[in-house]
Amino acid sequence: MTLTLITFLPLIAALITLLIPKEQKQTIRLVSLLAAVGQVILAVVIWQNYNPSLAGVDDVSKFQFVERAAWFSVELGGYTVSADYLMGIDGLSVTMVILTAIVALVGVGASWTIEKSVKSYFVLYNLMSMSMMGCFLALDFFLFYIFWEVTLIPMYFLIGIWGGKNREYAAIKFFIYTLVGSVLMLLAIIALYASVIDPETGRNTFSMVAMANQQNFISGSALAPSEGNLLRALAFFALFLAFVIKVPMVPFHTWLPDAHVEAPTPISVVLAGVLLKLGGYGLLRINFPIFPEVFQQFAWWIALFGVISIVYGAFCAIAQTDFKKMVAYSSVSHMGFVLLGIAAVNSLGMSGAMLQMFSHGLLSPMMFLLVGVIYERAHTREMDKFGGLAKHMPVYAGFIMLAFMGNLGMPALSGFVAEAFVFLGAFAVEQTRLLSVIGTLGILLSAAYLLRAYKAMFTGERKPNAAYEVEGHHGEEHAHFHDWKGKVDLDGREIALLAPLAAIVIIIGVYPAPVLDLIMPSLNRVAEILSAAANVAMK
Amino acid sequence: MPNNLPEIIEQVKLSLGAFVPEISLSALFLLVITLDMVLNEKRVVIPMVSLVGFVITGFFTWQQLDMPNQEYFLRMHVVDPFAVFFKFLFLGAGALAVLITMDSEELGEKNVANIGEYYAVLIAMVLGMFLMASASDMLMMFLALELVSISSYILTGYLKHQIKSSEASLKYIIYGAVSSGLMVYGMSLIYGLTGQTNIYEIAKFISANEVDEVTLTLAALLVMGGFGYKIGAVPFHFWSPDVYEGAPTPVTAFLSVGSKAAGFAMLIRFFKVAIPAEPTGELAFDWVNFFALIALVSMLLGNFAAIWQSNVKRMLAYSSIAHAGYLLLGVLVADDLGTQAVMFYLAAYTVMTVGAFYVVILIANKIGSDDVNDYRGLGKRMPLTAAALTVFLVSLTGLPPTVGFIGKYMIFTALLGKGTVFLTLAIIGVLTSAVSLYYYFKIPLNMYLRESEDGAETPMESSAFANALAAFLMILTIGFGLFFTPLANFAKNSVIMLVMN
Repeated sequence: MTLTLITFLPLIAALITLLIPKEQKQTIRLVSLLAAVGQVILAVVIWQNYNPSLAGVDDVSKFQFVERAAWFSVELGGYTVSADYLMGIDGLSVTMVILTAIVALVGVGASWTIEKSVKSYFVLYNLMSMSMMGCFLALDFFLFYIFWEVTLIPMYFLIGIWGGKNREYAAIKFFIYTLVGSVLMLLAIIALYASVIDPETGRNTFSMVAMANQQNFISGSALAPSEGNLLRALAFFALFLAFVIKVPMVPFHTWLPDAHVEAPTPISVVLAGVLLKLGGYGLLRINFPIFPEVFQQFAWWIALFGVISIVYGAFCAIAQTDFKKMVAYSSVSHMGFVLLGIAAVNSLGMSGAMLQMFSHGLLSPMMFLLVGVIYERAHTREMDKFGGLAKHMPVYAGFIMLAFMGNLGMPALSGFVAEAFVFLGAFAVEQTRLLSVIGTLGILLSAAYLLRAYKAMFTGERKPNAAYEVEGHHGEEHAHFHDWKGKVDLDGREIALLAPLAAIVIIIGVYPAPVLDLIMPSLNRVAEILSAAANVAMK
Repeated sequence: MPNNLPEIIEQVKLSLGAFVPEISLSALFLLVITLDMVLNEKRVVIPMVSLVGFVITGFFTWQQLDMPNQEYFLRMHVVDPFAVFFKFLFLGAGALAVLITMDSEELGEKNVANIGEYYAVLIAMVLGMFLMASASDMLMMFLALELVSISSYILTGYLKHQIKSSEASLKYIIYGAVSSGLMVYGMSLIYGLTGQTNIYEIAKFISANEVDEVTLTLAALLVMGGFGYKIGAVPFHFWSPDVYEGAPTPVTAFLSVGSKAAGFAMLIRFFKVAIPAEPTGELAFDWVNFFALIALVSMLLGNFAAIWQSNVKRMLAYSSIAHAGYLLLGVLVADDLGTQAVMFYLAAYTVMTVGAFYVVILIANKIGSDDVNDYRGLGKRMPLTAAALTVFLVSLTGLPPTVGFIGKYMIFTALLGKGTVFLTLAIIGVLTSAVSLYYYFKIPLNMYLRESEDGAETPMESSAFANALAAFLMILTIGFGLFFTPLANFAKNSVIMLVMN
């Protein structure tokens, strides 16, 4: 029941919220907070009871917390289509589940200041939170697809209603971009169902676990692994497109800066923290294990596009003057490491990718929270409208420094471990060696834009056109933002949101073993599947 | 075929048992006309009587499930599970049409003095659809189609004082007359080729004898003109935007689901029975590729043209053209799975389309406009109805967890694994459905993302009955999206069509 509960707690919160009169804003917020705290508690329970020695991936008996119930079984013409309510956890999903619970809780905290249509906001927020969690837990492809698509609708409204000035455009762009990817995925799912049988029941199945084992493909079926099966490549790319649009990989990234810039802070947090990870997770869970030989064939290209994302994203970030846009492009850049890591096809690179997803899932929410803090106070995100902030907002500057350092891969912070693993993994393989060298450029560039941003906003003196004023005598000046009534530096709520994230970033940076222990067995298994396909291809 | 009179009378007598639902509908039609003459207060009684009549007819139709699949009335009329499924669908659509008419201010006391006839004509139209689903003879097909068409002309022009309504009706008549003419000409060519009007006999003749291919192709194309007009597929679609916009909205809703479903019922029966695949897999007339072309153009034109519409009814007209394309994808697969998918999709389409039009009516009752730009801020002012409309639109787009998604899923399941052409069609199908998101979501965009121009936020909720009906349809849309097994199995059991050996 644990997985059902952790998935549907937000749904319960959403239903309860519907019954609360919309004037009682605080009650509504508390209900969502309660659900999110409940999720975190359950995530901790899962973490504590998780047995890292079981690999999962292509063996359903090695999944944990498995829940299975027949969902529907429909006769369609000649054959039966049946799907299960199949949920389970292995090393690929356990860290993502923990991450989702944390980010969802932080998101609720960040939503505290939302005053517009609070009731609808939290109903939608909880629906989104439910479907994100469901995506990471579903092992039945049909179930996964429903969760996957259901994330889009609340997201559209959350960006569209509570977003910034250009929100209509950003919302529909996000929706259509991701929808185009996922409708093609639907066709791939249908074709996979017709081609794969469950070894236990001997019938066709939507189980992603069964699909990950090449032996379960019906020989002679449309997607059967055989020499030169063009349909397999097509299905691979249908899924690939859906996932890399989410990641996002250059050149399918253009929805992301728009969505991020327009989205309200908590939605940016969730978008960067969890939704982007759905892409990387999908690649690892679905795309590569199911079509390992196609992946092998195109691994170099995937690495190439990963590196392009790293470098191009970083260059775009350098060109930005808007703080939030810069952070958005840095997301593109950092998610490129995930692609590079996976494309290295060894467990080192893949564990780097997985770590990078986890680390970026903590750092990017931090960054967007920090952007939100300054935007709320100054109503602008233009980086050259500040200067000298460190003096007046020391705590804020401290957190910024930590987030920046984490992002640019400073040792002892989570970003370093992740990126180091990615480079080591990619460098170890002949075919991606050169690419990994080029990829290191990304770190250099991120140092450039992050430090430049820090310098512009925090060091030196207040700029003449700055968005804040300074009063008082020399030596004891007070800064204030002209219509901001709250504390100039971070207040308690903001620190409470940022501090846990910062703590985890540091802990993983110093001691990544707990995370690695969780993910390694499953990643080794994925690497085995992939390299087995490579060996077959070689012969 | 018997030639002497007593034998014919004997046959007709025997057939009456298979005609009870139609007799029941005819009786209902007469009853409503009579009530219309004697009653003073009609606005509640007549719809109620119609609904009860539909329920009784439904009971008789249900009894037909146990009847042997057979032809009746001198081989004019077939009773088989396929026909029964569609009859249930027409009754459901008819009942929904009656319910949503009761709430429409367009057809309210202010605008329409006498509403009694309206329900009578509606019942006649349902009767015509029953006959369409069952017709096994080209003559019967034509008569049934005309009964439906003429009833729908009357209903479209029911708002006599409104120019748009009359204009729509006139356009509809002209297009309808031309299409019927084409169809009759095609039928006469087929008769000339085969000497038969019964579709089973035509099939026999075609498989046993050599027929001139060019003439048969021409004839089939002409017949398709009549069907294409009823289902609203390109290039026979020109009437639909104007008619959808001009007709009273309840009529639009009924036309878009009832007429379309009836057209598909007849089309599937005609092409599957009269021009079946040879054992070699060849078709005397290659209607599969022909439908592929029509489906392709319908999906593209319907979805892209809808982008530029700002009138919601016109937008839904183009969307219905696109949906005709998706449905044709299921037809052209020409196996049981495809037919099942089409039947399921039509049922799904009925729920979500009637739902969407119903909310359009409710909104028009309050703001007096069908223009999407006037929908601004409605999310706050009519929370329940706006939410329901959003669900219907999500379903029309084909996103989970709604019944529209399951419908699309079935259609694409039927298409895949049948070859490259079908795969290409499926890919275009899913991509155009992503396009459709853009225009469907213009409505939620205005309802939720924009504030009304005068900043009004006062609630304008509709009556409790209206809310209950909208909520009911919304729950059906989501409920069937998650638990669709009963409906899918019913469709599966209903693909059985009387086939001559």
